[in-house]
Amino acid sequence: MRIPCPCCGERGLEEFTYVGDASVRRPQDGGASVDAAWEAYVYLRDNPAGPHRELWYHGAGCRSWLVVTRDTRNHAILDAVRVQGGLP
Amino acid sequence: MSGFRLPQGGLIDRDRSLRFSFDGKSYRGHPGDTLASALLASGVRLVGRSFKYHRPRGILSAGPEEPNALVELGRGARREPNSRATLVELYDGLIAVSQNRFPSLRFDLMSMNTLLAPLLSAGFYYKTFMWPASFWEKFYEPMIRRAAGLGRAATEPDPDAYENATAFCDVLVIGAGPAGLAAALAAGRSGARVILCEQDRVLGGRLHDDRHPEVGWADRAEAELAALPEVTIMRRTQVFGVYDGGTYAALERVADHLLVPPPGLPRQRLWRIIARRCILAAGAIERPLVFDGNDRPGVMLAGAVRSYINRYGVAPGRRAVVFANNDSALATLADLTRAGVRVAALVDSRPQPGAGAEAAAAAAGAEFLSGAVVCGTSGGQGLRAVTVAGADGARRRISCDLLAISGGWNPSVQLATHHGGRPVWDETIAALVPGATPPGMSVVGAAAGQFTTQTAWSEGAQAGIATAAAGGFAAAPLELPAAPLESTAIVPLWQVAGAGGTAFVDFQNDVTVKDIRLAKQEGFHAVEHLKRYTTLGMATDQGKTSNVNALAIMAGLTGRSIAETGTTLLRPPVQPVAIGALAGQHRGREFRPVRLPPTHRWAEGLGAVFIDAGQWLRAQWYPRPGEDWQASVNREVRAVREKVGICDVTTLGKIDLQGTDVAEFLELVYANGWKNLPVGRARYGLMLREDGFVLDDGTTARLGEQHYVMTTTTVNAGRVMQHLEFCHQVLWPEADVQMISVTDQWAQLAVAGPNSRALLRRIVDPEFDLGNQALPYMGAAAITICGGQKARLFRLSFSGELAYEIAAPARFGDSLARVLMEQGGDLGVTPYGTEALGVLRIEKGHPAGPELNGQTTAHDLGMAKLLSKRKDFIGRAMAARPALTDTARPGLAGFRPVDPAAIIPAGAHLLRQGVAAIAAEDLGWITSAVYSATFGGWIALGMVAGGAARIGETLRAYDPLRGHDIPVTVTAPVFYDAAGERLHG
Repeated sequence: MRIPCPCCGERGLEEFTYVGDASVRRPQDGGASVDAAWEAYVYLRDNPAGPHRELWYHGAGCRSWLVVTRDTRNHAILDAVRVQGGLP
Repeated sequence: MSGFRLPQGGLIDRDRSLRFSFDGKSYRGHPGDTLASALLASGVRLVGRSFKYHRPRGILSAGPEEPNALVELGRGARREPNSRATLVELYDGLIAVSQNRFPSLRFDLMSMNTLLAPLLSAGFYYKTFMWPASFWEKFYEPMIRRAAGLGRAATEPDPDAYENATAFCDVLVIGAGPAGLAAALAAGRSGARVILCEQDRVLGGRLHDDRHPEVGWADRAEAELAALPEVTIMRRTQVFGVYDGGTYAALERVADHLLVPPPGLPRQRLWRIIARRCILAAGAIERPLVFDGNDRPGVMLAGAVRSYINRYGVAPGRRAVVFANNDSALATLADLTRAGVRVAALVDSRPQPGAGAEAAAAAAGAEFLSGAVVCGTSGGQGLRAVTVAGADGARRRISCDLLAISGGWNPSVQLATHHGGRPVWDETIAALVPGATPPGMSVVGAAAGQFTTQTAWSEGAQAGIATAAAGGFAAAPLELPAAPLESTAIVPLWQVAGAGGTAFVDFQNDVTVKDIRLAKQEGFHAVEHLKRYTTLGMATDQGKTSNVNALAIMAGLTGRSIAETGTTLLRPPVQPVAIGALAGQHRGREFRPVRLPPTHRWAEGLGAVFIDAGQWLRAQWYPRPGEDWQASVNREVRAVREKVGICDVTTLGKIDLQGTDVAEFLELVYANGWKNLPVGRARYGLMLREDGFVLDDGTTARLGEQHYVMTTTTVNAGRVMQHLEFCHQVLWPEADVQMISVTDQWAQLAVAGPNSRALLRRIVDPEFDLGNQALPYMGAAAITICGGQKARLFRLSFSGELAYEIAAPARFGDSLARVLMEQGGDLGVTPYGTEALGVLRIEKGHPAGPELNGQTTAHDLGMAKLLSKRKDFIGRAMAARPALTDTARPGLAGFRPVDPAAIIPAGAHLLRQGVAAIAAEDLGWITSAVYSATFGGWIALGMVAGGAARIGETLRAYDPLRGHDIPVTVTAPVFYDAAGERLHG
């Protein structure tokens, strides 16, 4: 698979690390106590068949965190943008 | 005509002669021959014994689809089993041996299996060798293991080199037959970057095999392609897999056509080709016909007969019968006649074959039998006669030594299916053609079911133009020669009526029509079940000559259409690939990159023993003459505790952070507090994962108002860097923080021991006060050494002694070690390695990698007080989960053996004394254990249920794997200087 890094161009999969769903948001309550929101953030993920917006880290390149839209059925990469500036 | 070599013709160099041997006998051939063609030229037809029944087998084909002629090539370390004789390019000195027979090809004892055939039919594995149960291990399994397999792998390391390489192009053309050449030419002329891969040595495909009148076009096309600057021709290169993102894998056989690879060249090269678009022109493979005795040596695919005559100048027999259900086979009669082979009969299974068939038979002087089939063959180890059943059912024998068969053609769709797109059945040509193809791939020529040269040329050219245009390159139409009219008329014949136990469908795995009927009878109708139950299609040829016949036969048996029956999918690789080629240069020492700390050469010079730590090579200990490793380690530990030692700690991750928000950023990533860390101080930091478990630890020093340097463990350096970038870019993008790894930029040495300050004073420039007030414990400063060289000094101690870490730019690391050694002679300076480093930190009770294994929490490690109560940090919420703070969890403690002389094995599990040694009683495990020179005995750290609450108890350290079972006393984890007096002052 090849991922089009906005900074570096299209690079091989081996340069990247995958983290997962980019739509999850870290709860903003300061972490004072654990609750369902924290459990969901840390453990629960949807597993869609189709376009999936997910976080990739270009560790062997520019070290940008990217939000990549990948179709989980055929690995087609539909979009890749830098996170810098905030999660879209 | 001597032997079977024709007096002229063929792409062979008749001026040169090559010697080779097969089964110990010497033969000759020519450059341009394959092993198969050279054997046929010498009259050798028996080349192997089949897998299960050990039936005599000959050469069926002239290409990669060959299922029978598998030989062991080469000797010793270069021995390669299951080499297809039809692909082996002949070279001088070639040695080949037949497989799967004992004691010889002619007299194979295992052919007794044929008598056992009724017991060995499909699925026999599931029904036999079951009783008595005890016989399996002692008798059946070893027997089956000895009988299994075809060839023998070499037992010595592969002496050849392999390479991995990457290439990029706009258009990848797979196959250089008429369609592929036309496509490459059209795209190449447009200026697009084209790679043309051809698995053969020559370009032109069937233009050569069929002696096409316009074969010269192939040579002209090749010459023009070779001259185009953006076109690369890769011959002897087979594309074997299609992966995501326009990535293709190809194997280039660089030196397989030579006795040994020339110096400096790899034997094979694995290519990763990144192509924007791809044109698949891989051609088609002829289908055998299915009838009893169709596997006898002398039965050959009709197209292969033409190849041997036209391309190799070999007549595969002296008296032939042609048996076919289609018009493509008719050219075989004219080729055979021209080669001086008598054609006894044309057996055409079609009731009304048409004028072409009748004319072909007449021109060859052959008997013309329409609506007839071959229903049997005879001849023990080589064909002597065939039995023909006429349209009226009457049978007769026709003597012959060559039977050319053709059941039609199967487009080579394998590569088009690698993304899961199933091929579709085309009734009009009785063939499977590509369905949905991988993105960017178009299919042309015979691979797309376009079986005439005319359509191959025109479709290939069209695809080349369209593909180039899609990439933004304007391509002009190609002028192509006129091709004679070719007929592709066919009437499918999936099996001859009455075909049974010797009508082979899969030659390599010995699967017959009878086996397919058995599968149907047992309920395995689905193609996936049929495949696995009978093993057809599962041999090294991936069913290239069997898959379609098999599913068509099953369709007939179950009353379904072929389209309804469907087909299995094929996985990469399309051809067998040597594991060495996949490894490329990554083997032995080059398996992974090795990172060397700046003091490596210095350590080598001292005879250090090295160990892999992550990707780094670190000195483990520095032996002196007469010492075993334990003596060296003991000496180094004593040197640090009593005098001063130096140790390279460059490998620990170092991250430079700058900006106005760094302190607050550290508050987010570390569990403990950072707001009040003054300039010139370092602090221990504990980093959690968001699920509350410990990720890493280290020290972070504040060198300036907005300048910090963080350290991590060696192994987690990359992981922590990724985590920090995540926290910044994803969680807190507005933060004014810049960060970069400086692990490789700074050499860092630990200088530890009571004499460490005295030693450093000899190299640190005098304006820097190293006194206890000026640089207290945990102090940090930018300094200069040796008359102005910039450096950094951190007063940190992993050992528990008075200690520092000194950092200099990496290019001075070697000098730094040497100058410390020079200056410290009278102070007793001693290099120490990772073993002594480990003993010292275990004596001091510092958790490290074995304790920070990703399953332990701050509470487990006795660091609960480091979890700040006043601020958010990564892992805060989840670390507070009741299950993670439960005091019954295994917690960090120290251990000493009750018997002072006993060894504590790391990894031993902890049990109460007197209880059964079972998992339910498991209290924890020993994480780190060493012989301590300081205490004269073994000490250990470990995780035990209840942790510090068990101090004073006696437990059992149980290691059944290595035979240890000793009583141990639970102690506090800090063995040495619990009050920390040696650190200060």
